Amino acid sequence: MFTETKVSGQVENLYGIMAEFNDPESLLDAANLARLEGYREMDAYAPMPVEGLAEAIGFRSNWVERLVFVGGVCGATGGFMLCWWITVVAYPHNVAGRPLNSWPAYVPITFEVMVLIACITAVVGMLLLNGLPQPYHPVFNVERFARASRDRFFLCIEASDPKFEPAATRQFLARLNPQEVMDVAL
Amino acid sequence: MTPTDSFTAQIGRWQRNSLLVGIAGVLLAVVAFLLDREQFLRSYLFAYLYWTGMALGCLAILLMHHVVGGKWGMLIRRLCEAGARTLPFMGLLLVPILFGMGTLYVWARPAAMHDANIQSKAAYLNVPFFIARAVIYFSIWFLYAYLLSKWSAAQDRNGDERLIGKMRALSAPGLVIFTLTTTFAFIDWIMSLEPHWFSTIYGAMFMIGEMLESFAFVIALMIILSRKSPIKDYVTPQHIHDLGNMMFAFMVLWAYLSFSQFIIIWSGNLPEEIPWYVSRLRGGWGWVAITLVIFHFAVPFALLLMRSVKRRADRLFRVCLLMIAIRLVDVYWITEPAFYGQHIQIHWIDFVTPLAVGGLWLAVFFGQLKLQPLLPLKDPRLQGAPRETVAF
Repeated sequence: MFTETKVSGQVENLYGIMAEFNDPESLLDAANLARLEGYREMDAYAPMPVEGLAEAIGFRSNWVERLVFVGGVCGATGGFMLCWWITVVAYPHNVAGRPLNSWPAYVPITFEVMVLIACITAVVGMLLLNGLPQPYHPVFNVERFARASRDRFFLCIEASDPKFEPAATRQFLARLNPQEVMDVAL
Repeated sequence: MTPTDSFTAQIGRWQRNSLLVGIAGVLLAVVAFLLDREQFLRSYLFAYLYWTGMALGCLAILLMHHVVGGKWGMLIRRLCEAGARTLPFMGLLLVPILFGMGTLYVWARPAAMHDANIQSKAAYLNVPFFIARAVIYFSIWFLYAYLLSKWSAAQDRNGDERLIGKMRALSAPGLVIFTLTTTFAFIDWIMSLEPHWFSTIYGAMFMIGEMLESFAFVIALMIILSRKSPIKDYVTPQHIHDLGNMMFAFMVLWAYLSFSQFIIIWSGNLPEEIPWYVSRLRGGWGWVAITLVIFHFAVPFALLLMRSVKRRADRLFRVCLLMIAIRLVDVYWITEPAFYGQHIQIHWIDFVTPLAVGGLWLAVFFGQLKLQPLLPLKDPRLQGAPRETVAF
């Protein structure tokens, strides 16, 4: 298991330590092992979705789903009330002798506003919760990281982790059989 | 070893039990036929439509799966193939309806000669053409069920990956042909019960409902089968989740199409269109309609919105049972008011015929299911995680 791994570019101000892997399976194994080892503050980078990776780095539940549900309910209520207010209060008008509050006619608008508000909540909520757009991120200080969007897989244990200890973490990552272990400058 | 081996005995038991229920139902149905021929035919038509929909829905899911190739379909493919192969048998069960056309369909009675509106449609709505069309529909459906099953079985023998492309090439135009034939079939068999009325969304609305009931049926059966190895080893929560999403999508599509038809006819409020809803929303039928809105849409919508329901096999199983049951109510609500107008009448024969046809259908279905391994073992898409990208 222990192979000689190049450890490069040790720096003073550490954001974290990053290991590079050749394939998604190694990254997934590494992430699982890092969690077992007790690391919590880490992130994984891959050029494509990897099944189970999110759970491996400690992703549990997603607040966006709940926000979208609340957005949908608000949208549906708002859409219905908008129709009701227009046809009953603001501009009452006799259409084919129907009652003013003809709710079946409100349903398409209610549905559309629900979808609209739910989608806007999804996009805005996602951006707010994941902190994007982010013009600067320390991982890009590592030159090889450019390949994260092509053919390489990275796991970065961050210095904010309570268990983080530069030498020990570096050694731990080196034992996971990576291509290379790199320090990430702040 | 094929996965069928450990299941053959169990499926054989199910087949025998279904057959017993079916035979008991048929005996009761024969009594019903002797007592009240007209009521028997009315109840039979609705039961026939429900169970034929099961078989047609299976074929539709199969065609769709071969076109889009998602991994969700690998687990239910053999169930759908078995369901589609029951279609010739359902063609046979159409015979009582053909003999009872004069009783069931207004346009097939001699009195229709004096109705100018029906007369103008006589080129389409006449007995010989009706029978000829039924033969054409069933021939096309049978051809599809036969070819897809045959190639799927060939894939089991040699694992030839070109067969995947071959089945897709057949299924893509098949979806178009299937949509057209089922639309015409439902216009013939149900919409023509009220020959003055028409709706262009009708075929799609009914078909999506039938696909929904097939989804519920095959997912429920797959969940039962997956309690045991070796199928257990292939099923992940992600598979269950994807299948639950598919059922959710079809449930919402059913609601969308049903409401589209309603809002258009309700807005227009025209004398030639509105009677269909008048007879389905008054005199007790309104309660059936509300039941449908709640248990065919609102409750399953809320349940299937939650990941925790879609990722747990036992919970999704219960939603499937709800859908299988409520679909029967929907078919009843669409079919039967045509006979009774604005007063709901539930007859004891309405409970007998679904058992008779259903028992026989299930017996034939399980008989077909025994013929092949329960999973397409040589299809490379069976392996791996369901969301993994595959290109074929």
